[in-house]
Amino acid sequence: MAKKIAKQQMTGAEIVVRALLDQGVDTIFGYPGGAVLPIYDALFQQNELQHILARHEQGATHSAEGYARSTGKVGVVLVTSGPGATNAVTGMVDALMDSIPLVVITGQVPTHLIGTDAFQECDTVGITRAATKHNYLVKDVNDLARILHEAFYVARSGRPGPVLVDIPKDLQFAAGLYTGPENVSHPTYQPRVKGDEDRIRAAVELMASARKPVFYTGGGIINSGPEASEALRELVHATGFPITSTLMGLGAFPASDKQWLGMLGMHGTYEANHTMHDCDVMICLGARFDDRVTGRVDAFSPGSKKIHVDIDPSSINKIIKVDIPIIGDVGNVIKEMLRLWKDEKKKADKDALKDWWKQIGRWRSRKSLNYTGSKNIIKPQYAVERLYEATKGRETYVTTEVGQHQMWAAQYYHFEQPNRWMTSGGLGTMGYGLPAAIGAQVAHPDALVCCIAGEASVLMNMQEMSTATQFRLPIKVFILNNEYMGMVRQWQQLLHGARYSQSYSEALPDFVKLAEAYGGKGIRCEDPAELDQKIQEMLDYDGPVLFDCRVEKVENCFPMIPSGKAHNDMILGDAAAAEDIGSVISEEGKVLV
Amino acid sequence: MLSQKEPIERHVLSVLVDNEPGVLGRVVGLFSGRGYNIESLTVSEIEHDKHRSRITIVTSGTPAIIDQIEAQLGRLVPVHRVVDLSNSGPMVERELALIKVAGKGEIRAEALRLAEAFRARVMDATIESFVFELTGKSDKLDQFISLMLPLGLVEVSRTGVAAISRGPKGM
Repeated sequence: MAKKIAKQQMTGAEIVVRALLDQGVDTIFGYPGGAVLPIYDALFQQNELQHILARHEQGATHSAEGYARSTGKVGVVLVTSGPGATNAVTGMVDALMDSIPLVVITGQVPTHLIGTDAFQECDTVGITRAATKHNYLVKDVNDLARILHEAFYVARSGRPGPVLVDIPKDLQFAAGLYTGPENVSHPTYQPRVKGDEDRIRAAVELMASARKPVFYTGGGIINSGPEASEALRELVHATGFPITSTLMGLGAFPASDKQWLGMLGMHGTYEANHTMHDCDVMICLGARFDDRVTGRVDAFSPGSKKIHVDIDPSSINKIIKVDIPIIGDVGNVIKEMLRLWKDEKKKADKDALKDWWKQIGRWRSRKSLNYTGSKNIIKPQYAVERLYEATKGRETYVTTEVGQHQMWAAQYYHFEQPNRWMTSGGLGTMGYGLPAAIGAQVAHPDALVCCIAGEASVLMNMQEMSTATQFRLPIKVFILNNEYMGMVRQWQQLLHGARYSQSYSEALPDFVKLAEAYGGKGIRCEDPAELDQKIQEMLDYDGPVLFDCRVEKVENCFPMIPSGKAHNDMILGDAAAAEDIGSVISEEGKVLV
Repeated sequence: MLSQKEPIERHVLSVLVDNEPGVLGRVVGLFSGRGYNIESLTVSEIEHDKHRSRITIVTSGTPAIIDQIEAQLGRLVPVHRVVDLSNSGPMVERELALIKVAGKGEIRAEALRLAEAFRARVMDATIESFVFELTGKSDKLDQFISLMLPLGLVEVSRTGVAAISRGPKGM
């Protein structure tokens, strides 16, 4: 294999292919163009790397994200210069915000034309400087292999993220020396993996003294790998503490477990948010106190001591001041916490914990996810519940678009394992779900991959249906069609006097015919009584499906922490119906997003 | 918010970086993108063999913001070290300015007298102008420049602050 021929002359294009193979890459997502033709030629002449042709470069990046998130591997994208690179920017920022490892290779105009406003030239490294974790413009073909290996190292280590390598076309033709990936590191970039021992010890002491503790976990656990999820389960069970998670962290802890409180935050459960607000010790593991989680910052969990474990030092004390910061890989630190907890025979305060669980039981009994059912109209929550019931026994990967349906998916679809849930959390990118489903399906050809979508979001990258058809990817796109940009409509109702400015999905396509036009299957369902049978029809079909699920048009997403409010100021669905919610939100809250 | 109740402080940061293309762009982009202030920024290669440059940044913000700036800079891949010189003992802080003054007669003589009082050096002279070089802390430069204003100040070029800690230890 490659290792025997560690140093060898080859063209830049061949170096790219070899470096990818040596990095263990089996699949890349891309779109050809003038400035990457030599690399596409090198791809043509080999059979080890599979290339998935997207229909738009944004689709390629989201597919690579779906691939990365469902496998824990680095996603790889290959696009051309100029518009190829700029179209990929949204996907890179999405990956940056959600800490998803990507390597994006862009072609560039030949070195001697850089700076001349050549055809399809843009300042790719300049444009993507703030869109990537790091980026490179290759200037010497002999640096190319090292830079590519370094790019993989930077993308996957520390807090993962997208790394871009811009390769001028002349270097793709030029002959250079290939060096293998052995011992690749970076002289300065050496993220800290092991947490400070004294601080971990202090954290465990604090946990043992807690009377009202809570684990608050995030996407960092998923990024740390399946072992981190395993260790988390052990720690949570050993302590007996309640646990909640961010949108990004769903699946790290099983939703069926007794200690699970559901998701927290703006559309989190009543019990999760109240537990956060009233706790005395908060153990934040791999989450970053995002504004969707904290609500009003000065009223955030006012009485608690806070432990924060994060691999990124800049996440510490960024939004919320914490008492015990621990910088390190969260999986590593959890294992260390678990070891100390067991070795030193720590015990939680049983009586206090019992009272705490009693209190949590009272919050749970508010049943914040209840909604008013209907015999005539499909409620969107009901649709997600039925989809969950029909698919829960199988190996299922779920992606979403962005909006109300995304929150309903997070609330009513339940995850038992990590890497099964892919959603655009930080950037909130409409158009993410369908291409991400393609990436997940490519990685898991025999699994069931569902994209829970909204009719507006899914149209943003609908062209990727062609990719699904071409590569026989049987993704199931489950569209909760309410003919509105639902979350925009909800905010307009709550904050802007129900003036629905531009949020009605006018002139929608016929999704059934659209599916057929793309070579897939279309299913429409308007009757709750037929829903189960039609979901089954979707699951039974061996090919891509667009499921046009016509749901209640003006359903709102509850429970909800209104902007500018604290965790214990949640409004529930039934209360919301009774009063004017617009009046609940203060003038300061209206300015927030 | 975490940061709003604390006082705004001026801090001098030293940042050791790989001297590679775009590194200054990354640093400056971080400040503009996250809304931090730059009062002054200087950069030059300091170790040619190792391709290392040192960037000195004068910034201002609440202690929490300064901590964030330090952490965010540390996150950049080509950054080796970030030291908040204002938080690590006494330091020496210097800036150089070139100041052009034009005038004749008594005004010209007065400008030269003041320059001598400030220990500015004359780098260029014509019958009707001087270019002074002055090194010192920024406020001393400010003061001298304001004195030159009524005496025919034409233009000023300043380097921004370079700083280093006192005592035997390096950063």
